[in-house]
Amino acid sequence: MFLDGFFNSKKRYSSVENGNVIDLKGLTRVYVTGKIKVEALKGIDLEVRDGDMVAITGPSGSGKSTLMNLIGCLDTPTSGSYLLRGESVAGLSREELAGIRNRRVGFIFQNFNLLPQISAYENVEMPLLFSGLPRQKRRERVYELFNRVGLSDRMDHKPTELSGGQMQRVATARALAMDPDIILADEPTGNLDTSSGSDIMDLFQELWEQGRTVLVITHDPALARRAPRQVEIRDGLITRDSRT
Amino acid sequence: MHKPRPGLIFQLLLRASRVQKKRAVLTVASIAWGSFSLLLLLAFGEGLRISVTTGTFGMGRDLAILWPGTTSLTWQGLPAGRPILPRIEDIPLLRERIPNLDEVTGEIHRSGVTANNDDNTNTVRVKGVTYGYGRIRNHIPAPGGRFINPLDEKLRRRVAFLGDKVAKELFGEEDPVGEPILLDTVPYTVIGVMMHKVQISAYGGMDEDHITIPITTFKAQFGTDQLGMIVVKPDQPQQMGLVLEELHKILGVKYGFDPKDERVFGIWDTVDSFRDMTNTLIGIQLFLGIIGALTLIIGGIGVANIMYAVIKERTREIGVKMALGARRRWITGPIVLESLLYALLGGAVGLIMAVVAVILLGQLPTEGNEALELLGKPTLSLSIGMASAAILGLIGFMAGFFPARRAASINPAETLRYE
Ligand SMILES: Nc1ncnc2c1ncn2[C@@H]1O[C@H](COP(=O)(O)OP(=O)(O)OP(=O)(O)O)[C@@H](O)[C@H]1O
Ligand SMILES: [Mg+2]
Repeated sequence: MFLDGFFNSKKRYSSVENGNVIDLKGLTRVYVTGKIKVEALKGIDLEVRDGDMVAITGPSGSGKSTLMNLIGCLDTPTSGSYLLRGESVAGLSREELAGIRNRRVGFIFQNFNLLPQISAYENVEMPLLFSGLPRQKRRERVYELFNRVGLSDRMDHKPTELSGGQMQRVATARALAMDPDIILADEPTGNLDTSSGSDIMDLFQELWEQGRTVLVITHDPALARRAPRQVEIRDGLITRDSRT
Repeated sequence: MHKPRPGLIFQLLLRASRVQKKRAVLTVASIAWGSFSLLLLLAFGEGLRISVTTGTFGMGRDLAILWPGTTSLTWQGLPAGRPILPRIEDIPLLRERIPNLDEVTGEIHRSGVTANNDDNTNTVRVKGVTYGYGRIRNHIPAPGGRFINPLDEKLRRRVAFLGDKVAKELFGEEDPVGEPILLDTVPYTVIGVMMHKVQISAYGGMDEDHITIPITTFKAQFGTDQLGMIVVKPDQPQQMGLVLEELHKILGVKYGFDPKDERVFGIWDTVDSFRDMTNTLIGIQLFLGIIGALTLIIGGIGVANIMYAVIKERTREIGVKMALGARRRWITGPIVLESLLYALLGGAVGLIMAVVAVILLGQLPTEGNEALELLGKPTLSLSIGMASAAILGLIGFMAGFFPARRAASINPAETLRYE
């Protein structure tokens, strides 16, 4: 494999493991806007093992995205603890959190969040750029990723020139770029028709089969059932976990 | 095949200008105007500095002028309040005895002397001086003439060196060298005319209005031997103190006064006063620079505003980059860079404008207009360029720094909420 040395090195120094990639205990998140307080998460306990694939379901406003932002270190909890591969992320600086997002987490969004002015290639290259990888290595990696998601012939297209399904594939390639510990997808099929949604889900399943840890938020019960483990959130609390 | 495009940062950067086109043009214009003002003000300051410096040196460099007065201290039984009157014969003595001396000369003035040739009559000030005077007091003869030499002094020749203005008044366009002239009816021969010079510092009037004759001839005609002034020039400006001290000692012994008596001579130390003037000129430059910089800050605020607008527009993009793990400098870098680019662009335009303006202003005739002559020609120099570049760079950096700081504090989770 390409770049094994670089992308596997981090695995070595994060080997303090109890088998859980994600370990949440009593996690809460309260949004304060003016005088209004919204308790989006009221105490989440969740363990995700290496190589799990978890579908997170729940009604709108139940706190799914909030949870995902916390897991992805895009946001910090109001209280509770979060161990990522056994290491606490509490008290890390903005720069350190940026480093974690870069190397450990791959985000996939409902609305893709690709930068529209640059090519698909450059979108996928971006996390590699932020990691400081030299140009030649970046190129090899980007080629490999486009190959992986089956879009090698669309690299030079602008995102706006791609279909929704293709855009989500590019976004998936981008999320995979730094070979993260976890893939976090927030309603990745929400903006897609049924068949391309199903294709994306197939892609996620392949990734899981290759040993990756995948968390997918979805409204669609049919898609959720394709994940081996389902977690349901209601009103900021986990109300059902298919594993327990 | 994918062709990698150079510099992702630069692409991200150029986009802002595309979106904010009109604003960008206005801002570059205001930076250009600010740079132009700054450069031109500094150029005027520099021109003023050069002309004032040359003007000051018009009298001669690093001189001290001494006016004999009266003692203020008792000395070896002699009372205070005695007038001290050095004579012509003291000049060779001083020249011989004072160490670190470039030259010492004596002069005696007489005003209200009638000068006439066949055509014109004029009332002038006549200076009797020793031969070294011409060199240190900057009486440079125009081609074809000469200044008073030691032989003139020794033989008490009746020769006269004319200030250029006097020469013009008496002789018009005619060349006066070799022509006769009467000073209070005594005939003299003109040996030289002073080359025109800009002179700011002076005592006893401007040199261009004077007629200079050998001090010995002066004594013979006007009957006085007592020096009106002594002018000294040390070999190095920093030796001035020593030279003045020695002069006091030598004359103190001869005329009987305390060499520490500061009232025996009124002293104008031009080294000292030039230092003060230089400081004043630096002050003026600084003041002009600050005014220019303030003009430039207005442009800087324009740039900062654009950058704020750009950030607002790019909030989601910045959020995405943060989600992908961009560290602070990846967010702030392009913003600061873009701001510097605006500054650079505006500065380049301003520089071109300033160079053109300086060239055009340099072509305006200033001859004869004393105010303009003193103001000098605006002059751009390397140090002005570097100072302006530094100010511009600082403003460009600040105009990017604060917006960049705001961009770095964007909350990515907030930005990326799906609407
Ligand atoms: N930045 C915020 N400021 C204030 N309140 C917020 C913020 N983000 C989310 N909330 C509130 O927190 C609660 C949970 O929101 P969240 O986005 O996590 O729900 P969700 O489960 O992802 O919903 P959906 O399925 O509609 O995406 C909601 O009541 C929402 O209004
Ligand atoms: Mg959501």
